Amino acid sequence: MAKPAVLTHPESLKRPAGPSEYAKHPVNAALSKKEKVALYTKMARIRHFEQRCIRVYQQGKIGGFLHLYVGQEAVAAGTISLLGKHDHLITGYRDHGHALMVGMGMNECMAELTGKVTGCSQGKGGSMHYFAPDKNYWGGHGIVGGQAPLGTGLAYAVKYMGLKGSCLAYMGDGAVNQGAVHEAYNLAALWDLPVIFVVENNGYSMGTSQERSTAHPGCLAKRAEGYGMDWDVINGHDVYEVRAKTSEALKRAHEESRPTVLEIFTYRYYGHSMADPDKTYRDKEEIKEYREQKDPVFLFEKELLAEKVLTPEQVQAINEAAMAEADEAAAFADASPDPTVADITKHIYWEEDNRGPQTTSRGTIIFE
Amino acid sequence: MPVISYREALRAAMREELQRDEKVVLMGEEVAQFNGAYKVTEGLLKEFGPKRVVDTPISEAGFIGLGIGASMLGIRPVMELMFWSFSYVAFDQIVNNAGNIRYMSGGLINCPIVIRGPANGGTNVGATHSHTPEAILASHPGIKVVCPATPYDAKGLMKAAIRDNDPVYVMENTILYNDKGEVPDEDYIVPLGVADVKRTGTDLTIVAHGRAVITSLKAAEILEQEHGVSVEVVDLRSIRPLDEETVLASVRKTHRVLLVEENKPFCGVDAQVAYLIQSKAFDELDAPIHRVSSIDAPQIYCKRLEDQQLPNPARVVAEALKVLA
Repeated sequence: MAKPAVLTHPESLKRPAGPSEYAKHPVNAALSKKEKVALYTKMARIRHFEQRCIRVYQQGKIGGFLHLYVGQEAVAAGTISLLGKHDHLITGYRDHGHALMVGMGMNECMAELTGKVTGCSQGKGGSMHYFAPDKNYWGGHGIVGGQAPLGTGLAYAVKYMGLKGSCLAYMGDGAVNQGAVHEAYNLAALWDLPVIFVVENNGYSMGTSQERSTAHPGCLAKRAEGYGMDWDVINGHDVYEVRAKTSEALKRAHEESRPTVLEIFTYRYYGHSMADPDKTYRDKEEIKEYREQKDPVFLFEKELLAEKVLTPEQVQAINEAAMAEADEAAAFADASPDPTVADITKHIYWEEDNRGPQTTSRGTIIFE
Repeated sequence: MPVISYREALRAAMREELQRDEKVVLMGEEVAQFNGAYKVTEGLLKEFGPKRVVDTPISEAGFIGLGIGASMLGIRPVMELMFWSFSYVAFDQIVNNAGNIRYMSGGLINCPIVIRGPANGGTNVGATHSHTPEAILASHPGIKVVCPATPYDAKGLMKAAIRDNDPVYVMENTILYNDKGEVPDEDYIVPLGVADVKRTGTDLTIVAHGRAVITSLKAAEILEQEHGVSVEVVDLRSIRPLDEETVLASVRKTHRVLLVEENKPFCGVDAQVAYLIQSKAFDELDAPIHRVSSIDAPQIYCKRLEDQQLPNPARVVAEALKVLA
């Protein structure tokens, strides 16, 4: 089958990667040198955390699924770096990058992967289910597209409480064919909710390319028009572009309480999960091209070196520190204890965890 | 004490909770302008306005999921499903999201959401609209399920459900909506997980929930009048949590048990209750436990036969006599 033309491709992706044309966009021009270094550092930390996870997985210490964010760092970094006090976020199962961006620690994240009680969900959630509600991060959801209505509801709650905020509801390109996503789109547009649907389009829903999964492919963002929503397409290899275009959507959410669909073109270097040998549905050349030409961390590094915000020595130091931090997280996870058998039946019900004269439940609720 | 209908009792519960807590929002298909498909929410839009009483599109996965998301941030949505049968298109939201998120977050998040609506057969509408999913849903830790049988319980359980900080699924019954009973004007709740002995007796315990309680009470009357049998009827009221003690106390008193429910028999609520009784009161039993459930087939359309498919007083009496034989 001939590859159909991509109908809604960001302009910048049609040219070879070079200096970002969005460097001078007001949201980027406003960044101090220190903030730029911090943004780069966060991207590097995601990269090194994920790569350390591979080793821990290969050592057999991580069970189940492990979906890596390597290659997609600029998406979480760019979008989340813009968020304020009343902006919330929720995502699918490829959730590590978002977690580190909102400020979750590598220790709690790594310990969750190895099922330890010191993990962010005390070993009860795993890779796909990270949460930090104190940081406005509502997970970490395992069922494709199932989080889209929840994110719409978070935005509804923000609006209900009269706050100037939003919710960023992330999903992969595979989620756009789920009914729950379309139902969320309809409600968001119908009720003028300040939600931004972020489609992280890495080209493959597991092992199925967009051409094989999606009718009228190449215009996922444009589906927003069917619901009267604004939309944009973004080069997800350029963190400056991600910030520039996401800021417009945030403005729309904050000022007009209107939803937006953002399709951010990105790429993952590893398989869908660690269980995916990644040999049947894309070729090595494609991966190599992205790694060499469009790597978001490397491109931002080049940008900051050219801007004289960073020196090569600083780049090296930042990366070494991130690797050391990831090593320490792996050691922390190793040294941490498992949850106990008694922990299995905790955190099921709020009323049981807080049972007292004021609670509304009696009787048996955990059965033998 | 005022005598009002089951429908009015539910409405009174929601009205009082809307007044008490501004975080409470009613949402669902036709709940506002249409005044409710079954008129349970009649007048509430006029009283509370469109911010508090919200019409949704026909989009259960979308709006139920939206309610769950809003509840995570502290809104207390009371979502109407026109029929619990329609929950099946929102199953991922109802089970995976509402039921699991507290656990998977290690207790960081809770979902104070109520989902309510009728879950019953007997209305001559065929299989797709006649499901009773209380057993299916109650089999998921993280979820609570209640099935009020009377106006008093409908109001008290609904108010408890709205104040509860976990997902509570309230299964009502269209056939009971017009049933009348005494309901206090003042504020009260029926805590979840407390069964109620609706009729005392000495010869046989019938355990039931939902409309099967009403059916069982009618059967108990016949058993007393025509067979001289004294029947105790225990109304579970709440499926999860479950009041095991009230059931066991009745068994210790009568030593004979009949379980009645509208579910189909396979893995129904009463399968769990039967297990409970044999495991904790085996020596108290003078006869095997019997059950009356709906006849094990998709709900039949033909009304004359649907009345036979469901538990009815005649079937309950016949089975009771077997337990007593």
